[in-house]
Amino acid sequence: MAAVTWHRHLRVERMPQIWCAGCGHGTILGAILRGVEKSEIDPSKLVIVSGIGCSSRAPGYVALDGLHTTHGRALPFATGIKVARPDLTVMVISGDGDLSAIGGNHFIHAARRNLDITVVCFNNSIYGMTSGQYSPLTPRDAMATTAPYGHIERPFDLCQLAIGAGATYVARGTAYHAGLVTNQVTRALKHKGFAFIDAISQCPTYYGRRNRMKTGVEMMKAQRDTAVNVKRAAKMPAEELAGKIIIGDIHVSQASEYTEEYQRVIDRAQGRT
Amino acid sequence: MTLIPVKTKARLLQGNEACVEGAIAAGCRFFAGYPITPSSEIAELMAEKLPRLGGKFIQMEDEIASMAAIIGASLTGVKSLTATSGPGFSLKQENLGYASYTEIPCVVVNVQRVGPSTGQPTAPAQGDMMQVRWGTHGDHPVIALYPSTVRETFELTVDAFNLSERFRTPVILLMDEVVGHMREKVELPAQEEILIVNRPGPTVPRGEYLPYDDTRGLVPPMAAFGEGYCFHVTGLAHNRRGYPTTKPQDIDALIRRIHQKIEVGRGDIVRVEQLLTEDAEIGVFAYGSTARSAARAVRLARSRGIKVGLLRPITIWPFPDEAVKTLASRVRRLIVAEMNLGQMAGEVTRAAEGRTAIEGVFRVDGELITPEEILKKIEEVV
Ligand SMILES: Cc1ncc(C[n+]2csc(CCOP(=O)(O)OP(=O)(O)O)c2C)c(N)n1
Repeated sequence: MAAVTWHRHLRVERMPQIWCAGCGHGTILGAILRGVEKSEIDPSKLVIVSGIGCSSRAPGYVALDGLHTTHGRALPFATGIKVARPDLTVMVISGDGDLSAIGGNHFIHAARRNLDITVVCFNNSIYGMTSGQYSPLTPRDAMATTAPYGHIERPFDLCQLAIGAGATYVARGTAYHAGLVTNQVTRALKHKGFAFIDAISQCPTYYGRRNRMKTGVEMMKAQRDTAVNVKRAAKMPAEELAGKIIIGDIHVSQASEYTEEYQRVIDRAQGRT
Repeated sequence: MTLIPVKTKARLLQGNEACVEGAIAAGCRFFAGYPITPSSEIAELMAEKLPRLGGKFIQMEDEIASMAAIIGASLTGVKSLTATSGPGFSLKQENLGYASYTEIPCVVVNVQRVGPSTGQPTAPAQGDMMQVRWGTHGDHPVIALYPSTVRETFELTVDAFNLSERFRTPVILLMDEVVGHMREKVELPAQEEILIVNRPGPTVPRGEYLPYDDTRGLVPPMAAFGEGYCFHVTGLAHNRRGYPTTKPQDIDALIRRIHQKIEVGRGDIVRVEQLLTEDAEIGVFAYGSTARSAARAVRLARSRGIKVGLLRPITIWPFPDEAVKTLASRVRRLIVAEMNLGQMAGEVTRAAEGRTAIEGVFRVDGELITPEEILKKIEEVV
């Protein structure tokens, strides 16, 4: 077996981390760091940016340049970093509430610009940090502290949202399919443009217990049982896909990237073209 | 770094234009903003000038994002600016507090218009004087400067960058619609005549860097992202290592230190201009465009034999307590003229400590306070 090297990216002195027993966030962070390791990018040129939430604590456990910002605003902070220094690799870690509620506007605009940033959403379909209020990813009819009679809103499909907004690499994985997430992170980091990974996580404490799934294991089994690979899904009738989560590389395309475009602005302003 | 061409010829410049010239001269190479009257010229000119110098401009989706972007850019070691007005300044508050607490240098321009809310977009006001001080939540220090001429707008923009770099803190450059939009003939200094301050960088080996280490001074050296320092930044209460902490003694030390660094630097930060105050029996306190009317009123009153002088704060925050106290102990009356309902008058009253009676000339209708209005008040109190 190959030596484990991704551990070098952990700030072990910061352990134990704050995540609850059974939470999927640690699994996804591990998958990310393996993906970073596989990508062979220079760690000193990698910056991890997050917002606020349980998921957003991740950069605090990582021995890289890290920026733990304000709720929902990781992407505009990351935009400043990437535009100012395009040679840096920038990754954003965000929760489903952080990214798509308070940060929803930044999400669609960063995707629209096709800025070369990798975004990983730790999607546990609930507000974990604030103890279980519904998020834009909470399924219809689910129970949440702010939906004590069942949730009446429809959730986003974050991948479709990202595609609609202009993202050029869009993938989904789960904590159960952590190996898949690792490979997606590697591909996302190598992709030139806005890359988005919807990483389904589980929150047994604030979502599972209220929704008839008591443990993290039960919730991960549900991830296993409801996930359908995008290639297989393409051949399945719509009715069979109801209630399934589609995983894999959902969308890959090429488009001009923001910082490359801005370099052309500089060339024009300086009279070089 | 590319130098701007040497300018010695006098030019007709708008306040907002002078701000852009000052920012570029100070070394600003990143701007993020969202259009809003009466500040938009700053964004438009930055969009034109920055790429010529290899700098970057981006129009963000809102002011929250603009504020976030300039902090991100500054963390890569690039001097950064945003500019806005009332409604946008309100939106910047949360991330402004973030920059203050995490000690990330940046400059925020607020060209004031009449509020509250959308108010009067094209009319001047000075209604954000207290928001500048207390707009973001929690205890935090603030540096805010306020020019009253176009030339001074250039100079104070350079100063704003220098102070933000030296003290590792956001600096707010206040203007008002009149200062931002008026045109004056100015001769800008040549680039080599301009003093430029850059943030102190780490001097220790990479593995030993503590981003909030205060053992060698109140302003810790700042690494840039991408240099291998594993620099962790959080808006949570943090220790010297930059890690979140819940230890009361660490949190107390941090919040007191960020105040102390500004307090200790007060002598270099706080500036005022005095006009005929030596023998004054009546004082006028005014700033920004209102100070122009006040200076005229003082001269008119002097020509009528009234001993009156003007105290003009150039630094608004930290508040020039000493200058106010000194003047208050000499004059019989201190008139505060401002385009709000007495925001600075409250501070003047506090600093005067009962040494004199305070009178106000206040306007909030989007009209400039005229020299005549101030003169009338002077004559009333003689
Ligand atoms: C401006 C602001 N509003 C509200 C909060 C409170 N808050 C902290 S985390 C959070 C939601 C976190 O949920 P999510 O982004 O889904 O991440 P998770 O904790 O589930 O990983 C909220 C509402 C805040 N910190 N800042």
